Amino acid sequence: MDFLQLLFTDYTVRTVALGAAVLGMASGSLGTFAMLRRQSLLGDAMSHAALPGVILAFMLTGSKSPLVLVIGAAIAGVIGTLFMLAITRYTKIKEDSALGIVLSVFFGFGLVLLTFLQRNPDARQAGLNTFLFGQAATMLVRDIVTMVVLGGIALVILILYWKEFKLLSFDRDFGASLGYPMTYLDILLTSLLVIAIVIGLQAVGVVLMSAMIVAPAAAARQWTNRLGLMTGMSAVFGAIAGVSGSLISSLQSGFSTGPVVVLVISGIVIFSLLFAGNRGIIWSWIRQQRRRRILRLETVLSNMFKLAEQHEDLTHPHSRLVLRAMDHGRGGVEASLKALEEQGWVKRIEGDQWSLTPAGIEEARQFARQS
Amino acid sequence: MTTKKTALEVTDLTVAYEDKPVLWDVDLLVPEGILMAIVGPNGAGKTTLIKTIMGLIKPAAGNILVYGKGFQENRHLVGYVPQRGSVDWDFPTSVLDVVLMGRYGRLGWFKRPSRVDVDLAMDALIKVGMAKYANRQISQLSGGQQQRTFLARALVQDAQLYFMDEPFQGVDATTERAIINLLQDLRAKGKTVIVVHHDLQTVPEYFDWVTLLNVRRIASGAVHEAFTEENLRAAYGGRVAFVNNGRRVLR
Repeated sequence: MDFLQLLFTDYTVRTVALGAAVLGMASGSLGTFAMLRRQSLLGDAMSHAALPGVILAFMLTGSKSPLVLVIGAAIAGVIGTLFMLAITRYTKIKEDSALGIVLSVFFGFGLVLLTFLQRNPDARQAGLNTFLFGQAATMLVRDIVTMVVLGGIALVILILYWKEFKLLSFDRDFGASLGYPMTYLDILLTSLLVIAIVIGLQAVGVVLMSAMIVAPAAAARQWTNRLGLMTGMSAVFGAIAGVSGSLISSLQSGFSTGPVVVLVISGIVIFSLLFAGNRGIIWSWIRQQRRRRILRLETVLSNMFKLAEQHEDLTHPHSRLVLRAMDHGRGGVEASLKALEEQGWVKRIEGDQWSLTPAGIEEARQFARQS
Repeated sequence: MTTKKTALEVTDLTVAYEDKPVLWDVDLLVPEGILMAIVGPNGAGKTTLIKTIMGLIKPAAGNILVYGKGFQENRHLVGYVPQRGSVDWDFPTSVLDVVLMGRYGRLGWFKRPSRVDVDLAMDALIKVGMAKYANRQISQLSGGQQQRTFLARALVQDAQLYFMDEPFQGVDATTERAIINLLQDLRAKGKTVIVVHHDLQTVPEYFDWVTLLNVRRIASGAVHEAFTEENLRAAYGGRVAFVNNGRRVLR
């Protein structure tokens, strides 16, 4: 019995993990394009706008079938997007404000509907609460099948239209001049983004779903300058966040999945911002420090040479304090001298007195010629 | 000139944004094998004109013929260099990748660039002096290198009629020279190049045809006929100062 139970639990966990992985890959890879097209906030607005759609779909059909709820979410998301386009076209309100308006109005309306449903002692509505912050553990096999099928379709279309979507994202006008129907491609790519968002709503929740769109792409951008690699990495980051978030929240009862997913993906983003090779903060800082140290060494060496030139004997020693004064009183002259000593370019005569070695004189001459 | 084919014929072209005319009743007749500058003050509709010809903007009225046929039919004969500032140069892609986009029109749906396309792209990069930057990330390019990347992309389109939007905008002397050589090279091969241009001083030196535009078409024809003081005054109003030595300076 124990063994059977374990197998059953294991199977559930495995199924949930599979769903979360596909969700993460779809939202991560489509998020790359959303980020590059500066549509990250659109994802946020669409996911919030989906809430009333989910609840209305349930109220109208009385069904909690995932396909019904996903279609409701998608319709509401699309209506929200159309509202936003209408606001920017027919009023003087700018896009960011229009996004904010649509996001809060739709989300508020969704919350009102949710509260209204909760007043009615209908047992079935309890599940809808999970759409706020997500609850991967509540997903049934049919939910996951829907996620995997829709997410898989989105990924296949993305790969199929790869070249066209790249063209759309980089240079829309040029693409149009080649004869590609850019409006159609735009609608297709945005629809894929809607799919990626709505399949994640039950697992991650409407409030934090946008993190699954924005964060993996932001992290991946730190590591690479290739669109293909960036999309792939973003998909992997999304999958890692989705799988670990849903597993942690499923095993620890009472945890919502959305916040856990966000914490995991934020960890990946912070790590990427700090440590990524080219753009990472840490490596930039280290490179800068290295340049500064070399600059300090060169300054001390050339200052010593300037002092030595005052004397017949170029190896005439001078005090560290003089060098420090020449360096405008900045610290680190002693450390620089020691580093130069290791190179064999200077040597300590006694106490604070230092002199150039013949090799150091040669080096300083070369340096003077270069600069 | 009469024996030459007509590369582009535009009749009665009118474009309006929200009832405000941007182009008004513009006619153009461009023979094959010339370098033509489109000049005019800011807001004269220069960019709008070439974008409308290429179907990127829907005109309110007018007819456009490229080599005697509608633009849709002869689209494959047209190459395009958009304004450099119109794209995000921090986009994660390489110089070679951008140039390959010029092949996308020939490739058609779903097909990826082949070895042959890569070879063509490399040839184009050699022509603009950018071969050693082929694998460079585009955010690391200077303004002039960005412009030359765009030119290489247009070259692999292997077109008959080229539209270039301000290719000389903010480029270094090397790039300016490279563009001029390229334009003359294209003309020698019988291609037609239409360039939105800003610098009036260089018009007689670089181009053999000119169109002066200010919402309406002021004049269009060979430089020595159309590029006159009278026409410039008509196009620019009082904003052009004429210096006695014949050099025209934009104020």
